[in-house]
Amino acid sequence: MSDTLSKIEKRTAYILILPAVFIVFSIILFPIFANVWISFKEVGLKDIRIPEPRAKKIVKSIKDNPDQLKIIYKLRNSSLILEIRDVKFQDKLPKNIKPINLDERCSVKSNKIYCKFGNWEAKYRENFQILLQSSDGKQINKKELKNIKPKLTGKSDNILLNTNFTLKNFKKVFFQNEFFDLLSTTFYYTFFGTIGSIVFGILTAQLVNQKFFGRTFMRSVLLFPYVGPVVALAYTWELLLDPYSGTLNNLLMNFQVIQEPLNLLGQKYLTINFFGFDLKLRLALTTVIIFEIWRYFPLAFLFILARLQAVPKELYEAAEVDGAGPLQKFINITLPQITAVISILFMIRFIWNFNKFEDIFLLTGGASGTRTLPINVYEQGFTISDIGMGSAVSIVIVALLLIFMFVYFKLIGKRADEN
Amino acid sequence: MKTKSLIYYSLISSIFLFSLVSIWKILVTLQGIELKNFNFAIIITLGIAISLLNILIGDKLNYIIKSTFFALIFTFIDGYIVQLMPIWYNIGIFGILIFFSLKINKYNQKYLATEHSSQIVVFDFLTLFGIVLFSFVILFPFYMMLITSFKTQAALLINPLDFSINFNQDFKELFKSYFVIFDTYKFGRYILISTFVSVGTVIVTLIFAIPAAYAVARLNFFGKNFLSTSILIIYMFPAIVLVIPLYTVFSQLGLRNSVGGLLIVYTATTLPVAIYMLQGYFRSIPKELEEAAIMDKLNWFGIIIKIILPLSIPAISSVALYVFMIAWNEFLFSLMFLDNPNSFTLSRAIQYLSGDAETPRQYLMAGSVVVTIPVLLIFVYFEKYLVSGLTAGSVKG
Repeated sequence: MSDTLSKIEKRTAYILILPAVFIVFSIILFPIFANVWISFKEVGLKDIRIPEPRAKKIVKSIKDNPDQLKIIYKLRNSSLILEIRDVKFQDKLPKNIKPINLDERCSVKSNKIYCKFGNWEAKYRENFQILLQSSDGKQINKKELKNIKPKLTGKSDNILLNTNFTLKNFKKVFFQNEFFDLLSTTFYYTFFGTIGSIVFGILTAQLVNQKFFGRTFMRSVLLFPYVGPVVALAYTWELLLDPYSGTLNNLLMNFQVIQEPLNLLGQKYLTINFFGFDLKLRLALTTVIIFEIWRYFPLAFLFILARLQAVPKELYEAAEVDGAGPLQKFINITLPQITAVISILFMIRFIWNFNKFEDIFLLTGGASGTRTLPINVYEQGFTISDIGMGSAVSIVIVALLLIFMFVYFKLIGKRADEN
Repeated sequence: MKTKSLIYYSLISSIFLFSLVSIWKILVTLQGIELKNFNFAIIITLGIAISLLNILIGDKLNYIIKSTFFALIFTFIDGYIVQLMPIWYNIGIFGILIFFSLKINKYNQKYLATEHSSQIVVFDFLTLFGIVLFSFVILFPFYMMLITSFKTQAALLINPLDFSINFNQDFKELFKSYFVIFDTYKFGRYILISTFVSVGTVIVTLIFAIPAAYAVARLNFFGKNFLSTSILIIYMFPAIVLVIPLYTVFSQLGLRNSVGGLLIVYTATTLPVAIYMLQGYFRSIPKELEEAAIMDKLNWFGIIIKIILPLSIPAISSVALYVFMIAWNEFLFSLMFLDNPNSFTLSRAIQYLSGDAETPRQYLMAGSVVVTIPVLLIFVYFEKYLVSGLTAGSVKG
């Protein structure tokens, strides 16, 4: 009895869960594996269109002979690169019409024309004609004839499905793509973005954890950058930072902080004279990192605040009795209480920032030294139109991610053991 | 009284005063008024003088009289230095000084003599400073977005610092950018598409996620543990690595450029987190309720509809709001999949608009306001639900 019950339970469970698993599998897991496949192929953006046989039908009357009509089919292979094999053609004729002098590739069966055109190489074109004769002397309705659409079928190689593999893409990724420049930019962006958002998260959480007028309002406001749409925020920042008509540059020049406008998003390096040393600051990258921090510190704030509110008040009271000042309280009570949250946050945000695409894409498009790996995926795939290369870069990202996740789960597991 | 505390107190309070006055000056500059100098040295000196006087006077004067006195002195000196300012500028300065004097009123000789007083003073002012600074830094871009959408191209070019709005002009003139984006750029249609996609994603996600989450929470089946950990791992994979294969496959299937294709992708990317959030909540519902239902011969479908759903309204709302927000704000897939202006979402439409260098930026900002306002309203109104969604959505446990 219980056996059948558990069987029913299992079956129900699978019924309930399979639709969700199926959709996640086909949209998320399948593409990750498909990336591996595509990355070993030489595929361009134009190759992914499946070649189609096409026909444009033109009906023409013939002078001095109202009983006859001519149809011209402009046949072509839609692909510029691939051939189509075994092209078959089919078109219907109105009942009172018969073809005369039919092409030898074709045959007629119960008012339908069937043709076998064989193989069409790439860019193939042909003007194919059929002469028609009305069998009962009535005039042929041209419009009716034109509205019947011919059907064409053919077989073609799908470049994605054949088994020609190559290592070219990976060679290019590692040796012709300024790979280490990409990697270091990505790491700078990820690391400083993560650290910055956590530092500001701690500051703001500490702030909001105190009592003051308008505290709930402040809490909502702090989350605005995180919930706002990235497109709107990125364009607003772009306007704000514009070197000529931007508010920030004009303000700074108005108050004589700077003499010349700074192209914050378009200048790769800014040389700063620091006690006689020339320091080169990566200006555009720094700006993009600041935007990143501005947009994502609210998340750190949210987590740290939740943790701070769970710290027992007695701890602080006891410390006060022992004569601890605010700084000591912060270092000896608050910080140890939030280290666990911070380490989780660090790893989560590190992984997310590593994959960030939209922010940089909208602000600089990857120019002036802000090209990270995700931006490179887009550039390779859709700007240079090399799908294979794009996939290869994606694979590199996935591999690095897997390493991060391995470390993350190792550390989380360790922490769970300790508690 | 400790000298160290006194020095800390007067320095930090005057720096705080300087930052308040400077933010006010920036806001005044943005009304198109010419103001070229923060007068750092003078304001800091005045600030230190006021802080010290405050300690010196102590309780000998009523605090209201004292604050008014400080504020008046400061306003007069500041007004003399900058000169020829509209009266509301001086009123603002006066208000800031009243606020500042009330804040420093609590510090006196006795207070500064206590242990750790220097630290406490620094912490107090850092808190105030932080509140002012963070509010300013966060709200300023939103403020700029809103104001720019009401300006004209010419006004923006003449003086980029002039944020003042002329409310005396015609209603149609004031909202011109909005009329243009709705008339010329079909933003009404994009709002409809974005709403359809987002609400559709919420509904489809919930239809798939609720049964799956119930199964993970309650039923025993082979591969359950594997499934619940892999949900989280899958959630970590970023959209950018899915883009190329999805683009290729969707192109070949003819799903690209269709709102339906977008809906499928959004559903799949939000499903893992929806299942994760819901199953956590379902576990907290007492099992006895369902056991009673099984006695009543309800099947699984009945249990979910009649027992689980009514009890999980809060969790379902936070998932729904979270998913709505994700779908509404999503940009990457709409960029990849949509290139026909007839099926654009709002985000994609704004990006398309910006692609044309000729597009006046007040139109761009009007579009940004249109896409931002709904999420911010929903967020402020349903903050409690959304915050729990955000928390669960971004981290495990």
